[in-house]
Amino acid sequence: MTSGVGNPCNKNFGQGRRTKAINSDLPWKELTKAGNIYEPGNSNSYETGDWRTLKPVWNEERCIHCLICWRYCPDASIIVTNEKFDSFDYKHCKGCGICANVCPAHAIDMITEEQQPLKKKEAKKDE
Amino acid sequence: MNNRVALTGNEAVAQAMKQINPDVVAAYPITPQTEIVQFFSNFVNNGQVDTEFVAVESEHSAMSAAVGAASAGARTMTATSSQGLALMFEVVYIASAMRLPIVFPVANRALSGPINIHCDHSDAMGLTNSGVIQLFSENAQEAYDNMIQAVRIAEHPDVLLPVMVNLDGFITSHALDILEVLDDETVKNFVGIYNPEEFLLDVKNPISMGNLDMYDFYFEHRRQQVAAMEAAKKVIEDVGKEFEKVSGRPYGLIETYKLDDADMAVVLLNSAAGSAKGVVDELRAKGMKVGVLKPRAFRPFPFEEISTALKGVKAVAVLDRAETFSTLGGPMFADVRAALYDLKNDIKVINYVYGLGGRDLRLEDVEQVFNELDEIVKSGKTDKVVNYLGLRE
Repeated sequence: MTSGVGNPCNKNFGQGRRTKAINSDLPWKELTKAGNIYEPGNSNSYETGDWRTLKPVWNEERCIHCLICWRYCPDASIIVTNEKFDSFDYKHCKGCGICANVCPAHAIDMITEEQQPLKKKEAKKDE
Repeated sequence: MNNRVALTGNEAVAQAMKQINPDVVAAYPITPQTEIVQFFSNFVNNGQVDTEFVAVESEHSAMSAAVGAASAGARTMTATSSQGLALMFEVVYIASAMRLPIVFPVANRALSGPINIHCDHSDAMGLTNSGVIQLFSENAQEAYDNMIQAVRIAEHPDVLLPVMVNLDGFITSHALDILEVLDDETVKNFVGIYNPEEFLLDVKNPISMGNLDMYDFYFEHRRQQVAAMEAAKKVIEDVGKEFEKVSGRPYGLIETYKLDDADMAVVLLNSAAGSAKGVVDELRAKGMKVGVLKPRAFRPFPFEEISTALKGVKAVAVLDRAETFSTLGGPMFADVRAALYDLKNDIKVINYVYGLGGRDLRLEDVEQVFNELDEIVKSGKTDKVVNYLGLRE
């Protein structure tokens, strides 16, 4: 089938084909049909980090690099380098706290955005 | 060559589905399902179609499976009736918003409560705002023809919307009717091979469908659906003309019967139009200038065609087989009356709600409507705008 002629929003398929062409300044005729997105892996560009009320922080000394947090994280926000815990992807982490809950070494704390991460000294007191 | 056969409406629709040979049919197999799906599942079982038949656990799932199949790129159908359509409600809106050309016949039956299974348009009228195209069928022939045309209308690149093919529950769906069926080759050529422009299983062109759409996009995408509905009017007419070439039967947005010189007209959907045509013949013999307007498409609503067809009449009665509880009559009444408003020529428009829960519309009832229209034309006065036909007062 060829692109339609009678329906204005289908005429602009060529323009709207790439996801970059989707932005909230475009008139309805130029947006992709039904909001379809033609770029794979585009959820990366949708930042969900500002949904967070609690923020996970990593206690490097306690971490045993078992990577259970990496497996459980529903938003793929645990960044692993060379098979070791590296950092959190705060642009996408929604602060659900699953990582802190499943961590067997209690190496992840959930704090408010305003709180400073616990100092190393304080963390050691619990041991 | 055309073949004249005797089939029930359900059989006629199943026959059309067999000849269309869709890729996927997803349907709930139990009450309130119609025999359409039962007949069709026989065709699947006997290897007469190539269709993947998905028996699902509810109508909500039936339309959900249809959405999945259509997104994947399959020519997809489902079928339901009454409460089943009500349960499907949520996903019908999604199918139309995702612009999926799913075709589904609906045997129009009452919605509970009180519990009732008989003919009534309450089910279809519940989905007039869902973004699906709604075609209505006077008899088994039209139901069969509408099914075949629905595929082309739904899949047209200007449209890409689900199409609901309505036929009256029991009156059309279960009654034996004589119709002409096309041969398999003609239907196959008419519907053609479905080549969706974009679909999920197209691995070379990745696509995300059914995405989250916030306040900065939702409104624009809704507007696109309206544009598709506007485009559908021309497509329905074009496909109808093309269908006439292969079948000899013309189809448009509306059908008019003896309306050209009429002073009075009734507007009604589905099988009741047949009864009204009979009454018109009788009254014409007595010298009354009466006619019938039968919208074939109710969504999109052919307001221009309706106002043009009715601009010469003096009084119109819109007959609704559904109630809106607005206290201003039935759903079609509101739309027809609004369509006539801009004519500014003082056509008297009244409403009759009739046949709820399967109550028969008798020929005398239609005659009574025309007699009351005659009174209105003579007196120039409308006493009651909303009336109930065949109700025990």
